[in-house]
Amino acid sequence: MIDVMRAGMLSSVQDAGRTGLRHLGVAKAGALDGLALEVGNRLVGNAPQAAAIEVTLGPAVFRFMQATRIALTGAQFNATLDGAPVYAWWSLPVRAGQELVLQGPTRGMRGYLCVRGGIDVLPILGSRSTDLAAAFGGLGGRKLRDGDRLPVGALASTQSLATSIEAPAFGVKPPQWCRFAEVAHEPVRRGKHAAGAERAVAIRVLRGPEYDEFDEGSRTAFWSDEWCVTPNSNRMGYRLAGSALTRERHNEGEREVEMLSHAVLPGTIQVPGNGQPIVLMGDAHTTGGYPRIGVVIAADIWRLAQIRLGGAVRFVRSTREEARYALAEEHAYLRQIDAAIGMHEERMRRLAGRAHAA
Amino acid sequence: MTEPRIYPFGDSALVCEAPPPATLACQERIWALAQAARAWPHVVEVVPGMNNLTIVFDPLAADMEGLAREMASAWERAVGLKPSAREIEIPVYYGGEDGPDLQAVADHTGLPVDEVVRRHTAAEYIVFFLGFQPGFAYLGELDPTLETPRRAAPRLEVPAGSVGIGGAQTGIYPAASPGGWQLIGRTRAALFDPTRDPPTLLQSGDRVRFTVAEVAR
Repeated sequence: MIDVMRAGMLSSVQDAGRTGLRHLGVAKAGALDGLALEVGNRLVGNAPQAAAIEVTLGPAVFRFMQATRIALTGAQFNATLDGAPVYAWWSLPVRAGQELVLQGPTRGMRGYLCVRGGIDVLPILGSRSTDLAAAFGGLGGRKLRDGDRLPVGALASTQSLATSIEAPAFGVKPPQWCRFAEVAHEPVRRGKHAAGAERAVAIRVLRGPEYDEFDEGSRTAFWSDEWCVTPNSNRMGYRLAGSALTRERHNEGEREVEMLSHAVLPGTIQVPGNGQPIVLMGDAHTTGGYPRIGVVIAADIWRLAQIRLGGAVRFVRSTREEARYALAEEHAYLRQIDAAIGMHEERMRRLAGRAHAA
Repeated sequence: MTEPRIYPFGDSALVCEAPPPATLACQERIWALAQAARAWPHVVEVVPGMNNLTIVFDPLAADMEGLAREMASAWERAVGLKPSAREIEIPVYYGGEDGPDLQAVADHTGLPVDEVVRRHTAAEYIVFFLGFQPGFAYLGELDPTLETPRRAAPRLEVPAGSVGIGGAQTGIYPAASPGGWQLIGRTRAALFDPTRDPPTLLQSGDRVRFTVAEVAR
């Protein structure tokens, strides 16, 4: 059991999300930074898709009712366990009664608290993720509240030594936060950013089906603006502010021609009537009717999910080949993590063997 | 029918878009295509829209060009396939607290309340596709004499099960949510229950008929 002493702004139970149900209107939900979830679970010996606590910004406090092992991935929090610092992307043992405090993150937006055995709420429609909009899954279909108590699953006892409860702490290298594609020009700032906003993160994007329907100025602005992530953004979508994007061919006669509804996905960049793009995230509806100016490549969705409200994002033209390569690189990174944990495991076994012999 | 447009949608999806106008015959072909697409390798989502179908696949494992070709030839084969249609009756409590806008619809259409209810229950509606919310069905076609514009100010919370009219559309809100439709009634039927298999009462291709549970006066 884990006691939620302080839930913070938005904490919820999330795993890899729901698949195969979009035709019934059921959204994906799930960890918005799926890569951080996968690494965190590996660090505590779980299946990569096990459920964790997604902590958005914090501050949050959790107390562990029994000894276990945890990993904190994703955003870099100022985190302490009974006062001792806890580093992101590390796996560490926790004793019964210890308290984990997450202050605001120094980098990123969402952290994942992965616990050995996973958060063991009842799976609904194939997932333990909380669907906040449809109010089901996770803990009662809602965000966590102060005083909540979360069940932790049991792992079979034939587990590895490295990720056993008693094993010493170890860490892995985080994925690269910003791998910049070549950008030929300086982004255009439109003056809506909070003072001191960090340099815009480059997110790679493929042109959407309605891209060509936008006028030339809008297409240029789409790639050259530094878009501000407005505070209205949430797990359903990132609402951006910048130049107004307008379509050339959306008037037929007097009446505006409405698009027929079509499927939308996490990563879809749609432009409603006010011309301010919305990037859809994990909790987004399954269908929509706004023009799709672009689509974030699958490998960059987690990067986007770590951009903070008030922060800046810019879109960089990508190709299907690059999108595929980026995803293959992500898989290679996960294999490196597996190899590193495997080597650590070997060392632990050698040490245990020696201790046994002595 | 002319050729559909098949195009990539990001790095993990393909769309097959039939030429306009959207008709029931065309939508039936979309459903048949959807049925076929579920069997293709590495396809993880098959989502019908209005006059279009989106398939989502594993971008590293799937061959996009191969899937696009498969889509084109399956579309050819999908002519005139009649999907097995279920008939679903949905009992509705019209008017009163369940349908606070029934009188407004009567006023706008110039029909007596009983006639609004009669015409709403007389028609058979087809589920074209689901989206927006879990279990929300896009139904066709509303009797044109019942068309009523959306409310000027959307309600902050429409109760789950509310049956509404929004312009030329009618539908049921599966869950409590903000909404701008004119609410004419409410059903006790659960449109979405995540613990049920399948979780939604309605599916694409279903034939829906509203019946009168009660008309409040």
